[in-house]
Amino acid sequence: MRFQGKNWKFPDDVDTDVIIPARYLMTTDADELAEHVMEDIDPGFSKKVQKGDIIVAGNNFGCGSSREHAPIAIKAAGVSCIIAKSYARIFYRNAINIGLPIVECPEAVDDAEEGDEFEIDTDEGWVRNTRTGKSYEVKPFDPFIQDIIAAGGLMEAVAKRVREQGRVAE
Amino acid sequence: MGMTMTEKILARASGRETVEPGEIVEVAVDLVMTNDITAPLSIREFKKTGLERVFDPKKVVLVPDHFVPAKDIKSAEQAKIMREFAHEQGTIYFEVGRAGIEHVVLPENGLTLPGQVIIGADSHSCTYGAFNAFSTGMGSTDIAAAMALGTTWVRVPPSIKYVYKGTLPEDIGGKDLILHTIGLIGVDGALSAAMEFTGPVIDKLSIDDRIEMANMAIEAGAKTGIFPFDELTREWMAQYSDNPYEPVFSDDDATYQEVIEIDVTDLRPVVALPHLPSNTHAAADIHDMTIQQVVIGSCTNGRISDLREVAAILKGQQVHPEIRCIIIPGSQEVAKQATREGLTDIFLDAGAIFSTSTCGPCLGGYMGVLAEGERCVSTTNRNFRGRMGHRNAEIILAGPRVAAASAIAGKVADPRALPVAAI
Repeated sequence: MRFQGKNWKFPDDVDTDVIIPARYLMTTDADELAEHVMEDIDPGFSKKVQKGDIIVAGNNFGCGSSREHAPIAIKAAGVSCIIAKSYARIFYRNAINIGLPIVECPEAVDDAEEGDEFEIDTDEGWVRNTRTGKSYEVKPFDPFIQDIIAAGGLMEAVAKRVREQGRVAE
Repeated sequence: MGMTMTEKILARASGRETVEPGEIVEVAVDLVMTNDITAPLSIREFKKTGLERVFDPKKVVLVPDHFVPAKDIKSAEQAKIMREFAHEQGTIYFEVGRAGIEHVVLPENGLTLPGQVIIGADSHSCTYGAFNAFSTGMGSTDIAAAMALGTTWVRVPPSIKYVYKGTLPEDIGGKDLILHTIGLIGVDGALSAAMEFTGPVIDKLSIDDRIEMANMAIEAGAKTGIFPFDELTREWMAQYSDNPYEPVFSDDDATYQEVIEIDVTDLRPVVALPHLPSNTHAAADIHDMTIQQVVIGSCTNGRISDLREVAAILKGQQVHPEIRCIIIPGSQEVAKQATREGLTDIFLDAGAIFSTSTCGPCLGGYMGVLAEGERCVSTTNRNFRGRMGHRNAEIILAGPRVAAASAIAGKVADPRALPVAAI
């Protein structure tokens, strides 16, 4: 898939408590969660973020709690893709499972200034900063993870499998 | 080529002779857990499969603990979704009054065994590594998939061996050890790896102290934290479970990504200042940092051994008049035991409150939310910005002794500077 958008830049170790504070976890409604996304690290983010925008972040993005509400809130706020130096592992799985595109590209993060526009192609595995014109190679997903993405998310893959197992009628 | 204990568990659970770090394997799960925050999403996702039943209700556990007893209508609705699903499916379920914090309740009920694969929709599910299990936290959708399939996928983590050496000072606990370790390696110091805790200090370390360490492996970014199985584990399991289990042992020629030696002889009680668990200092080096609240409890430090440490310091003392000291037992069992031992009276007489079991304040839910500009010493596990309330509040992480000493002093305090009563 290909994405294009301007970026909002965040530091290392952005935790899930600042992505979506627990005081808003009494709901699973994506749009309600999106109203509070990034509230404790960048108050007002949910108002200024535009559909298609990209998040650029440092190391260990999404560390802390297992709350899937974090990638759900980011996705529902309109963010099309995240470019980070690295991800906390639970956030990484959660993003893949719910279909929020994420890529790892430390060099692109180092060179990025907030507001730079990026083009990203997750199939071909590259990221391009349109301001500088510089392109970067992106670490490809493991084939196993590509299968989850291709299925449209983890539960779609699981649903297909339980049908094949005959546990659910076709 | 030898294997680490983590690799052995994952090999066994995936039906293979060997596994190597970096490989993705599908493993059978022995226990799948979720709570009142994460269960509603898991249940919604599970229903997308079209399945009517979970793979095995005796291996699925639901524990309401974060926002129960319900703090508001929305929390009550969440807990209700979970309760109804648990009853409909016949899963293991712990209701308010028979429950408590998941990572305290599950071991107490003998559900977390050596050699098992345990996953939970809660990041502190890595706690069960204390018992020589492979246990890790995942999100709601991964848990939904496991509830459907009875399996999950795991990328075999590289293992990092931490060797604790020297003489452990009597007043240094598991919380001090793990905070000190995270301070050394950073909050992504073990990113996606298995932390293997070993060495002569660990051999003598109590199971409760091991639980505190495994619990916070996630704060170093680890997939899991795991301990060797030994006589102490065997005795603990005999007390809490009749279920059979098969422990694992790392081979002598197992491969480690790194071996880190840590001498604990000169360790002083540790605190982590805002806003990362890696921002560690000796409590004795923090002067005149006033606080407004102390929280003692959580999945990290809500066990009876923690409450005993606190009571030893609070006995005959008074909580500072400007401090709210909130003590929360990790489970109904812990509350009962604390009451039997007279600890509850010590807390109440000292001017602390002793509440029902809940995760509440740890994540800014309720029962001790902080206002703007307030500062709290807490035995919980995260001091991220906004974690316990207002984004301009501050959380200082510590073990139970530092927390109790700070409650008396009204500021961050070193327990070594206080008299200790004999209980």
